[in-house]
Amino acid sequence: MKYQSQKIALAYFGVALALFLVQILGGLLAGLIYVMPNTLSELLPFNIVRMLHTNSLIVWLLLGFFGAAYFLIPEEAEREIHSPKIAYLQLIILVVGTLGVVLTYVFNLFEGNWLLGKEGREFLEQPKWVKAGIVVAALLFLYNVTMTVLQGRKTAITNILLLGLWGLALLFLFAFYNPENLALDKQYWWYVVHLWVEGVWELIMASILAYLMLKLTGVDREVVEKWLYVIVAAALFSGILGTGHHYYWIGSPGYWQWIGSIFSSLEIVPFFAMMAFAFVMVWKGRRDHPNKAALLWSLGCATLAFFGAGVWGFLHTLHGVNYYTHGTQITAAHGHLAFYGAYVCLNLAIFTYAMPILRNRDPYNQVLNMASFWLMSGGMVFMTFTLTFAGTVQTHMQRVVGDYFMDVQDSIAIFYWMRLGSGVVVFLGLLLFLYALLVPRKEVISADTSVAAE
Amino acid sequence: MSDASVFDDLPGDLMIWVLIVSELLVFGAGLAAFLAVRASDPAGFGAAQDALYRTGAGVNTVVLVTSGALAAWALRLREDAQRGPARLALVAAALLGVVFLLIKGFDYAGKAAAGITWDTHPFFTFYYLLTGFHAAHVVAGVLVLLLVAWKDTPRNIEAGAAFWHMVDLVWVILFPVLYLLR
Repeated sequence: MKYQSQKIALAYFGVALALFLVQILGGLLAGLIYVMPNTLSELLPFNIVRMLHTNSLIVWLLLGFFGAAYFLIPEEAEREIHSPKIAYLQLIILVVGTLGVVLTYVFNLFEGNWLLGKEGREFLEQPKWVKAGIVVAALLFLYNVTMTVLQGRKTAITNILLLGLWGLALLFLFAFYNPENLALDKQYWWYVVHLWVEGVWELIMASILAYLMLKLTGVDREVVEKWLYVIVAAALFSGILGTGHHYYWIGSPGYWQWIGSIFSSLEIVPFFAMMAFAFVMVWKGRRDHPNKAALLWSLGCATLAFFGAGVWGFLHTLHGVNYYTHGTQITAAHGHLAFYGAYVCLNLAIFTYAMPILRNRDPYNQVLNMASFWLMSGGMVFMTFTLTFAGTVQTHMQRVVGDYFMDVQDSIAIFYWMRLGSGVVVFLGLLLFLYALLVPRKEVISADTSVAAE
Repeated sequence: MSDASVFDDLPGDLMIWVLIVSELLVFGAGLAAFLAVRASDPAGFGAAQDALYRTGAGVNTVVLVTSGALAAWALRLREDAQRGPARLALVAAALLGVVFLLIKGFDYAGKAAAGITWDTHPFFTFYYLLTGFHAAHVVAGVLVLLLVAWKDTPRNIEAGAAFWHMVDLVWVILFPVLYLLR
């Protein structure tokens, strides 16, 4: 670790991992409710479990991004973070907000209160005071990292990362605008949801991936930057108007069907470019970096993002197809692999890369870490397949034949059981990952940095 | 990079070519979708097409191609170190872009007066999407031409002219498919 303030990342990664555990436990419970619908139906109903599952995902990914920024910006800008105090204050605000959210959801506190009660808008259910806290935390963060970058060396990686993080914070402001008209409500809602995950988050992803490739493969910065610009251009070109693929059936004008279909079809391009980028860098790179696990997560990230976000997204993005598949398990299949590949793997890659450095150790527990990659990814890919099959059958029975929703659900229960099984595998993979990352061995490690710790 | 990439041989900047390829993909997909939907109702599409202002579009094709030639000529002049004439050619190219937009504006105004909107017929959905999107690129192209007339390095002019030729090319494909194809 070159800069003391990089240590801030450790706290962020810790909280992120704790929430990751909460998220997966929530997912397991939700998967169980799918096959045993009365599980905890009074104490913790499905809609609350689902909220915890999705909200904790978003928050831990964000904490991971913030942590990654605090880790890599000092190295890129070649100076300490402007104010570590502000960074920790930001984390405290986010933790308090998260606890507030969990308590409010689980006990349904202050129902209907405009400031304190939950808002009931999918993914943006947070009470208004938490939303305000998120904005304050984002402002603190942006002030802190922007000051650091402005006074330090400016690189393409930090520029793109900051562009992504600024966009993330600004677009969140649409969470406060909730028009009465349901179509307008949805239109602005997608400004947050779509323009995050298919817009600015892709910039964050590309820049963190570029940083990892730079460090792990030793390819020239100039080459990495050229790729980065192409990826970012492709992401914004396709992603912004690609928002149209959410406007097919919400009461928006019909021309969105073509705008959405055409532009969102191209959203596969940046993901393909990121995958090509990662592999080409590894082939070209001459550095034999000892942290093989971080490299595996990085390559896994680029590959699974291409399949989850790119291929599975394209699967149901054309409006003629989406007319049948909308809101079926096809969507769930896409959602799971896309988030896992693009953003979960990305975070776990940077955690795996940064953790030994933050603890002043050579890379440790490499084999366990790589085993956790295969367990988690295998589980997730299997889950994607089961949900895709479930969705295909569901689409046919429900949308083509016209059977009743609950009858269809009963007849695809076998897929939900298999999904629960794959969820258990993901959970085991997570436990293994946590052990590999958090419990380094005590042996004395060779001082020769070219030798891996294992 | 140790080995020279084929991309290094591209005239102008790599990024402008990324943009050009992306644009061609979008317009190409739009035209392909148009032709696919047209195949389901050739008679209806033919009837709708008769409402278009073909002469205006024909004149516009000449205007745009001439403008493209001026932009190409500007690059040659600039490489000959004739900065003044190069700038003049770029401004003239931009002006012809404005002429294109004026004629297109008359066209749209005529449609609006006849009560034709994007949802009158699927033909017009595509008509407005494709020509509207193209017209937006003409607006951008005019600004780009003026920008590179001001910041007139040969590299900038090359990038600007490449973008303008793309706008040109898209129109030359849109024109026969939308206006003439029977």
